[in-house]
Amino acid sequence: APPKAIPKTIENQRVYDETTVDPNDEEVAFDEATDEFAPYFNRQTVPKILITTSDRPRGRTVRFCEQLSTVIPNSHVYYRRGLALKRIIPQCIARDFTDLIVINEDRKIPNGLVLSHLPDGPTAHFRMSSVRLRKEIKRKGKQPTEHVPEVILNNFTTRLGHSVGRMFASLFPHDPQFIGRQVATFHNQRDYIFFRFHRYIFKSEKKVGIQELGPRFTLKLRSLQKGTFDSKFGEYEWIHKRREMDTSRRKFHL
Amino acid sequence: VVWDTLGNKQFCSYKIKTKTQSFCRNEYNLTGLCNRSSCPLANSQYATVREEKGRCYLYMKAIERAPFPRRLWERVLLSKNYEKALEEIDENLIYWPRFIRHKCKQRFTKITQYLIRIRKLTLKRQRKIVPLSRKIERREKRREEKALIAAQLDNAIEKELLERLKQDTYGDIYNFPIHAFDKALQQQDAESESESDMEKEEEEEEEDKDTREFVEADDSDLSDFEDMDKLETSSEEEQEDKEETEKQASHSRSKGKTPLKAPTRRKRRYIEIEYEEETEQNTKTKAS
Repeated sequence: APPKAIPKTIENQRVYDETTVDPNDEEVAFDEATDEFAPYFNRQTVPKILITTSDRPRGRTVRFCEQLSTVIPNSHVYYRRGLALKRIIPQCIARDFTDLIVINEDRKIPNGLVLSHLPDGPTAHFRMSSVRLRKEIKRKGKQPTEHVPEVILNNFTTRLGHSVGRMFASLFPHDPQFIGRQVATFHNQRDYIFFRFHRYIFKSEKKVGIQELGPRFTLKLRSLQKGTFDSKFGEYEWIHKRREMDTSRRKFHL
Repeated sequence: VVWDTLGNKQFCSYKIKTKTQSFCRNEYNLTGLCNRSSCPLANSQYATVREEKGRCYLYMKAIERAPFPRRLWERVLLSKNYEKALEEIDENLIYWPRFIRHKCKQRFTKITQYLIRIRKLTLKRQRKIVPLSRKIERREKRREEKALIAAQLDNAIEKELLERLKQDTYGDIYNFPIHAFDKALQQQDAESESESDMEKEEEEEEEDKDTREFVEADDSDLSDFEDMDKLETSSEEEQEDKEETEKQASHSRSKGKTPLKAPTRRKRRYIEIEYEEETEQNTKTKAS
């Protein structure tokens, strides 16, 4: 009988992306040392995050914002009340915020996320789907504590994925408190970023148990802008163009 | 004559009847209702105010031009100034019936009000309505589900956590049975020795660790961020409060414990009596 062949998966057959980051690449390392996240990775800044919504948030979005703020340490939720983003941003910078998250809402459910690194950093616009609030997740855990969670970032391979991953990493403070045993995961699979928040416990050295607490959602990157949020004059580093980029089933960008 | 036939009795194509009222769809109608006095077809002397592209015009119909439909409606541009425009209406419609003059001015007022509102709204933030394509939405949803299944998130997270445990990111917090721990230690001995050598140096050590950990990441084929975490936590190892924090951590963990499966609960809750547990386990492993 012929030997068992390796099954072909989409990940196996993925079209090779030329911007895949090689860990030994010096150019990438140099870029990362000098880009907007350098002060964070050099521990010069402590992340401070402002979470807000679009106008008139409905109950579900409000609750999601609250839960998100318990997940991300040092974050504050403020209501929008019809203020223009262009005017909020200078105020945030003045008050020392490092990141701004805007959750866009449509028909009473959150469906979009704008993540903007504040002192003139990149802005990423995501489409958010399958949002599950804490009470909808089947688990029996308590609420997340105030400990700083660990961060897991999986599968961010290309240059674009790298910068998005660094954006996510810069939301959380650098030193995770292992006492809390909490971990926030951003897992990229086929251009969908799954966010989960777990509490883990090591049952033995080869087995670990995880229990999901905290909200979960999936993101799909729509566009990445160089500066802070500006829809008219911004310089877009990457936009998802449906006609061109969705043609192949095996080509992914993150 | 016209009104007797069209207006009330026979069919008028501009007339819309509702239960309580009838409306006139004619674009030159002054009030919008279907009345004897506001029907532009039935009245030979008529005037309206209409706006085009933000400018208001006064349209007048005179009986002398009745046989010339093309020249029937005379158009006069009104000034942008509100009061001046009212005066212009007045002087153009001098000697005209009071009803038409009054209604023209009312209509003009309403029009200017809504033009002002349009201009104000365009300055504010406007909601852009983007059309969704159902086919694409369905496709995205399906792909997301498949990606979720392919991701096997729980496994991935567990693997990652175990990796971090193996590579000593958690330091001495977790104590596992010495038997298996020794095996792991032997494997890691080479790595840890070289690491401790590096720890004695100063700043350069971090860069060296960078290069070292990049290489390891190559093997394990994950992203570099685990390395970032490892970086921080290995620097934590340099502090020597580990033993104290260990006991404290165990205390706090036993209190803030989330209920997991029964066997593990027993194992962790009594973590203060660590030594007893360990000897028990030792006996267990020896027996097996």
